[in-house]
Amino acid sequence: MFVTSAYAQTAPAAPETPAAPGAAPAGDTHAAPAGETHTETGAPHGGEHGGTFPPFDSTYYPSMLLWLVITFGLFYILIKNVIVPRVGGIIENRQGRIAQDLDEAGRLKAEADAAVATYERELAAARAKSHAIAENARESAKAKATADRNAIEAELSQKLSAAEARIGEIKAQAFTQVGQIAEDTASAIVDLLIGGKATSDDIKAAVAAAKTGA
Amino acid sequence: MANDPIHQFQISKIVPIEIGGLDFSFTNASLFMVATVACAAGFLYFATSQRSLIPGRGQSVAEMSYEFIANMLREGAGSGGMKFFPLVFSLFMFVLTANLLGMFPYFYTITSQIIVTFALAVLVIATVLIYGFYKHGFHFLQLFVPSGVPGALLPLVVTIEIISFLSRPVSLSVRLFANMLAGHITLKVFAGFVASLGALGALGIGGAILPLLMTVALTGLEFLVAFLQAYVFAVLTCMYLNDAVHPGGH
Repeated sequence: MFVTSAYAQTAPAAPETPAAPGAAPAGDTHAAPAGETHTETGAPHGGEHGGTFPPFDSTYYPSMLLWLVITFGLFYILIKNVIVPRVGGIIENRQGRIAQDLDEAGRLKAEADAAVATYERELAAARAKSHAIAENARESAKAKATADRNAIEAELSQKLSAAEARIGEIKAQAFTQVGQIAEDTASAIVDLLIGGKATSDDIKAAVAAAKTGA
Repeated sequence: MANDPIHQFQISKIVPIEIGGLDFSFTNASLFMVATVACAAGFLYFATSQRSLIPGRGQSVAEMSYEFIANMLREGAGSGGMKFFPLVFSLFMFVLTANLLGMFPYFYTITSQIIVTFALAVLVIATVLIYGFYKHGFHFLQLFVPSGVPGALLPLVVTIEIISFLSRPVSLSVRLFANMLAGHITLKVFAGFVASLGALGALGIGGAILPLLMTVALTGLEFLVAFLQAYVFAVLTCMYLNDAVHPGGH
């Protein structure tokens, strides 16, 4: 209000300057266009040329404040009730989703780890079992081989001793027959050589002597 | 007239309204307040209407500005200050949109009006005072008594603190207002040089290149200032709100 009243003092001078070019052709209508300009454009138009710098012109302060309160108030209400809950919701929702996905991934990883552990355990068990089976098979094969060999060896030694017994028998038999053959041969040789008959007792004694001597 | 750098701040009535001897006319400034709110609110509303899990371009910008202010407020005033988030976010978006709209030729820059910036600054300081006294009662006055000051110096320090507090709405409003006003005047003056030198003939056109380059550079600078001043306004608001939330905390 103070600025406006200050303007009011300079106002009478102001219209003369802009009105001068317009007033020249008009001549005696000087007052009319000057007044017209003044009423049409009002105080701030005059202020533009010298009086008030527009931002400091308080004429429009009430209007400015009213419309600022209306527009900014509406903006604030909209931001507070619609935009902030919505954007906050979007961001929270996304973070929740990310956390959920991470949890899910962690769960799946734990599951996979458990599966790997189970697999390893099964594999170790199967390996141990196969080892045991192989060991058993080897043991039994070895035992059987040993038993077979022992059996064959026993049979062979039995056959050997039987053969030896037979050889001895045949040998003994042969030895008993050697005396007889020698006697026969000796009597035949004696017959042929001396033509006389040697007594069988002599020959027997001679063979016996030769046998022991030999 | 065309080259008058002050003309752009002139207010003209669109719908004259007068109540009780006061002029409440709907002016070009009012129109651009409406436009600012419409642009900012419309952008935020439609950019986020999809509520996509994976944001598009618009939603990304809206979320970025939201988180930018949220982080600023959380760092400035702690989690206790987050109840003021709608206020700070509205202030930032309003000032930023108003500044950026002012960059369009023939558009009115409402933040170049001291009454507008002063009203916003008073809103901030009033919020600080009302919330401070409501929440802390007379302990809020500890704000003016820094701890660890020797007794002899205390009256001096308290006086300085009070003056500094009282100058806050002034500095907050004048900073924004003066930056926008000076920037737009400078831009207009240099652009005016281009026009008036260009009218002088061939030599003038040659000479007009320099102010033309200057105008282009200043336009870039003004976009920076438009963002920077909105940012500064928001940061200072956060700092002042911190005093309301933690009055003994400095």
